[in-house]
Amino acid sequence: MKSFDVDRIREDFPTLSQLVRGKALVYLDNAATTHKPIQVIDSIRDYYNKSNANPHRGAHHLGVLATEMYEKARDKVREFINARSSKEVIFTKNATESLNLLAYSYGMKHVKKGDEIVICISEHHSNIVPWQKIARLKDAELKYLYLNDDYRLDMEEVYRKITDRTKIVSIAQMSNVLGTVYPIKEIVKYGHSKGAIVIVDGAQSIPHMKVDVRDMDADFLVFSGHKMLAPMGIGVLYGKEEILESMDPFLMGGDMIEYVEEQNTTFAELPHRFEAGTPNVEGAVGLAAAIDYLNKIGLDKINKYEEELTAYALEKLMGIPQVKIYGPKDLEDRGSVISFELEGCHPHDVSTIVDTYGVALRAGHHCAQPLMKFLKAPATSRVSFYFYNTKSEIDQLIDSLLKVRKWLGYGS
Amino acid sequence: MDLNQLYTELILEHSQNSENKGHLDHANCTERGHNPSCGDDITLELVCRGDIIEDASFTGSGCAISQASTSIMIDLIKGKSKEEAGELVNTFLSMIKKELNDYDKLEMLEDAVAFQNIGNMPARVKCATLAWHTLREAITKNQ
Repeated sequence: MKSFDVDRIREDFPTLSQLVRGKALVYLDNAATTHKPIQVIDSIRDYYNKSNANPHRGAHHLGVLATEMYEKARDKVREFINARSSKEVIFTKNATESLNLLAYSYGMKHVKKGDEIVICISEHHSNIVPWQKIARLKDAELKYLYLNDDYRLDMEEVYRKITDRTKIVSIAQMSNVLGTVYPIKEIVKYGHSKGAIVIVDGAQSIPHMKVDVRDMDADFLVFSGHKMLAPMGIGVLYGKEEILESMDPFLMGGDMIEYVEEQNTTFAELPHRFEAGTPNVEGAVGLAAAIDYLNKIGLDKINKYEEELTAYALEKLMGIPQVKIYGPKDLEDRGSVISFELEGCHPHDVSTIVDTYGVALRAGHHCAQPLMKFLKAPATSRVSFYFYNTKSEIDQLIDSLLKVRKWLGYGS
Repeated sequence: MDLNQLYTELILEHSQNSENKGHLDHANCTERGHNPSCGDDITLELVCRGDIIEDASFTGSGCAISQASTSIMIDLIKGKSKEEAGELVNTFLSMIKKELNDYDKLEMLEDAVAFQNIGNMPARVKCATLAWHTLREAITKNQ
């Protein structure tokens, strides 16, 4: 694809062309999940039409084919995030499962009484609740990095909170509520200097920007396929090989073993040690097709186009006097997620009303209740873009927002 | 669902200027209700004398639907016995679930009939029913 042709791109997404209550669908809930291009849908159909066997078992033709497709997908992911080896790429259900795996297999083993786990106040519940459990079980302290008035993270706060007692730093690269992109490289570097391992939650960042695990030097990276065009139910845990080698298995069962005797078991090599049971081959195949699709367009082009959309939306939203933005108001270190409040209108009502105009946005706490408390907002409305959205869709959003106040009995 | 049927004057009035919102001086029964997925969070305050709910109010925050439903419910239960209030809760919830066969019963819900069609908007059902579930909880605990 030579230039960025959004109309051409939208033809690949069957769901986007439908009408909702007679109005063209404007899908602005991409931070929750993205739509799937026909290339991804076809890849899954092909897998079931031509292969469909349990990988890593048996020597029959279809089994070999399924194994090949599954392992090719793993290598595709390795290349996408620039990992050294495909042993470092573990398939999971989603980012949540990857974080739980880390909490149990790394946290339970390495966190001791009096240690600290440091996370940011803007974390998704999936990067809070597992650590609360580890902190409680191990008598460790869960500490939070707080944001400045500009919804950004000052490195001074990082220097204050990460100490010699910190064992784990776990932080999202981009907030799913505020859109803030955090200085991950610096945080990783400082965490390492204090002897901590650093986990990066890439669920919101990886669909939109080039993420290079070797460049950021993260010890672990987690993400979900369904937020980057792939099907639901496939996710990734990247981990540095030497650290993964030191960890105990997470789920026990088939495919993750070497020898099983009546009372004892030796475990399989990486990455299979962390993938118990029949894996989600269709998900892995779909994820590989999604990566191909993103690569064909180019993440740099995607990023640039989304930046234009975000700038346009910020300008239009800030043009409504009753709108308050929760998140950075300029484009520096921010992604294409915008949370806002429309004065006097509860986000849930906003969502219902704009839905009748075909606009899908998200209302609520966005799985980040501690952040909502920190912001002193019970809930917000959120729009989140992907590269198939358009400026005219943003115009439709703004028109429908103006109507919200009217429906709720305000002058305009 | 037509927005005209949802954001009616009655509902907007109750959600924005409810006379039932605020603390009661002598509340002897309070119950918090919360929709964790969307953040509606209310606390009912009741003054009960024996079996009678003499007064009621609410505090908290939430969408227009949850606030209006709470306020309308409070209008309805003031002066009623706990048993009558429980019956109103059951009737309201069956109306929402479209399981109410005896249409004469609708009358006892008075203004709360405004939520009759909320069942057509599954995403908003829990906003409309929050207060009623909370009241049931309060009554059960204070038997």
